[in-house]
Amino acid sequence: MTTMTYRQALHDTLRAEMIRDENVFLMGEEIGVFEGSYKITAGLLAEFGERRVRDTPIAEEGFTGAAIGAAMLGLRPVVEIMTINFSLLALDQIVNHAAKIYGMFGGQTSVPLVIRTPGGGGQQLGATHSQNIELYYAFVPGLKVVAPSTPADAKALLLAAIRDDDPVLFLENLALYNTKGDVPDDDTPAELGRAKITRQGRDLTLIGYSRMAHVAAQVADQLAASEGLDIEVVDLRSLRPLDRPAIIESVKKTHAAVVVEDDWLTYGIGAEVAATIADGAFDYLDAPVRRVAMAEVPLPYAKPLETAALPSVDDVINAVHQTLDAVGRRHQKVGHD
Amino acid sequence: MTNQMHAPRTPAGRAAPKKSTRAKAAARTPAEVARLVGFYRQMLLIRRFEERTARSYTQALIGGYCHLNLGEEAAVVGLLSALSPTDYLFTNYREHGYAIIRGIDPNRVMAELYGRTDGVSKGWGGSMHMFDRGHRLLGGYGIVGGQVPLATGAALAIDYRGGNEIVMCTMGDGTANIGAFHESLNIAALWKLPIVYVIINNRLGMGTSVERSSAEPELFRRATSYRMESSRVDGLDPIAVADASAHAVATARDGHPYLLEVVSERLRGHSVVDPAKYRTEAEVAQLREHDPVVTFGARLVREGVLDADALAAIELEVTARVDEAAAFAESSPAPDVATLFDYNYASAVPNDSRRLPGEPLFEPEPLPDPGEAT
Repeated sequence: MTTMTYRQALHDTLRAEMIRDENVFLMGEEIGVFEGSYKITAGLLAEFGERRVRDTPIAEEGFTGAAIGAAMLGLRPVVEIMTINFSLLALDQIVNHAAKIYGMFGGQTSVPLVIRTPGGGGQQLGATHSQNIELYYAFVPGLKVVAPSTPADAKALLLAAIRDDDPVLFLENLALYNTKGDVPDDDTPAELGRAKITRQGRDLTLIGYSRMAHVAAQVADQLAASEGLDIEVVDLRSLRPLDRPAIIESVKKTHAAVVVEDDWLTYGIGAEVAATIADGAFDYLDAPVRRVAMAEVPLPYAKPLETAALPSVDDVINAVHQTLDAVGRRHQKVGHD
Repeated sequence: MTNQMHAPRTPAGRAAPKKSTRAKAAARTPAEVARLVGFYRQMLLIRRFEERTARSYTQALIGGYCHLNLGEEAAVVGLLSALSPTDYLFTNYREHGYAIIRGIDPNRVMAELYGRTDGVSKGWGGSMHMFDRGHRLLGGYGIVGGQVPLATGAALAIDYRGGNEIVMCTMGDGTANIGAFHESLNIAALWKLPIVYVIINNRLGMGTSVERSSAEPELFRRATSYRMESSRVDGLDPIAVADASAHAVATARDGHPYLLEVVSERLRGHSVVDPAKYRTEAEVAQLREHDPVVTFGARLVREGVLDADALAAIELEVTARVDEAAAFAESSPAPDVATLFDYNYASAVPNDSRRLPGEPLFEPEPLPDPGEAT
């Protein structure tokens, strides 16, 4: 076990996979000479050369499509799209091609491609550079979408994504790059399609992914310390496929759920999670499922506006309190303390 | 690097008809004669196959969109004659002829049109999405321009591995205005990828002419922006196309991408259901006069390569082949509904949904014990 940042875990995993498999190579804007907008690929051009670390023109549709074509011939490209906002320029190639090619041709060719891209607001980057639009990809059969929230998962899920034969959208988050955690030294990949219970509890289930799984864990720790609440945290990790059984199993145990998400509420990932709970655990719920999500605005630049629009630790704590009030359980719990 | 039109040339970009003599034919080797007869047979096969396809479509045996290669026969045959079996072909949604001439059994192409299990894409693709790994046809693609970045990536993979194969990527004239086209040509030129981009310029998008959609209607000139060699060739002459294709393929194999514009015709509407009302009587009459299959057949007779009996024999042979394809397609089974989720993912993944529309997400279960829900 080694303590390292989320950024370091990504970097080390990319490097290790390139050493392990000659078919793995990197493509993206400014990933070589500039070493990456967020320095995930620092040093890799010097180590592996231009054949395997390719600086591309600013042409998301062109280079993402080229990566798909290379994957059809059996290479394992790992594409970096500088931020998920720019992935919209490659939407046709991702949705109409990467996601379709395996099924549309009757399983004759797979597309072993990874698209790494960070989402996330809160950096005062304004409306076009702060979106969380992973939903667009999680909607599409044929794609797999994963969203690690810890350095350990960044490693384990990236290993799994690179070794998988399908196109995987690998969602990173600007706010997580500098977070630290313990990372196992062995290279055991995670299983795609599985959520993880990151904290066991009985009072309420908090469900999130990426940065909001991190926030959920923080809230659970804080409320355990301050109020003795016993909150279970489900880190979705995989947005497609969605691990519905893990969600349902947890809610059947706790009877209450709050979904926390960094995307917009209407039609968001949380809506799918809440609908899943309504389908699979309706009779177990003691309160409506609450969603904590971004305000429905293009994210403004000015700091007070930006902060107000994004879900915070306090927003999640309030939603937990209100939900527990609704089940009449919080006062009982406080009384025991 | 050159960007050239092959002279002599009419204003429309069409080569002037060549004067031929029987003496010239007599000088041909048996191999040359066989090649010309082979071209004609292939062109006629596309012609009769597509006519049969149109008939089956009107009989509702084929569904969806259906775009035919009628008028494009010389282009298809000439282009593919320059490819080695190990080269790769990417094309668009007007690809039945490409599939057949690439060597795929016409039975399997027709079965795909009928949506049957013996189809090249097992009934999952249809008219626009033919794929066959063995023959290195890496797809017909339904989205205009979608195949261009993919083909560029295939060329990148060849280059990455140091292979000797090349990629040919065909597209229509409308594709030359798509962003992906320009992004791809730029990448191919930067990285010196072994690829031939081919624009089949049949002068019409669906009904919008090249002149009304392209500020530079001599489409091969687009390559100059990327310092890429390019040329334009008469797409009604299979020999001219074959020669131009051979040059383009050799250039690509040498590590230089190439853009070839093939000036072709579309004898019918954009798709089977398009009556092409935007065309004048005179235009239609001219199309018939330029019909590449008819004119090439007549040329071979004129030059003494074939006689009327030989033409008739090829006609019989090809018609029988197409009849067989239609009979095969009709007798091939439709896919079993149980296979609906067979191609969700290449790597199996837990929690992959296999729910049919009317099925619930979760099986109903007994109510929980009230004592449990405190």
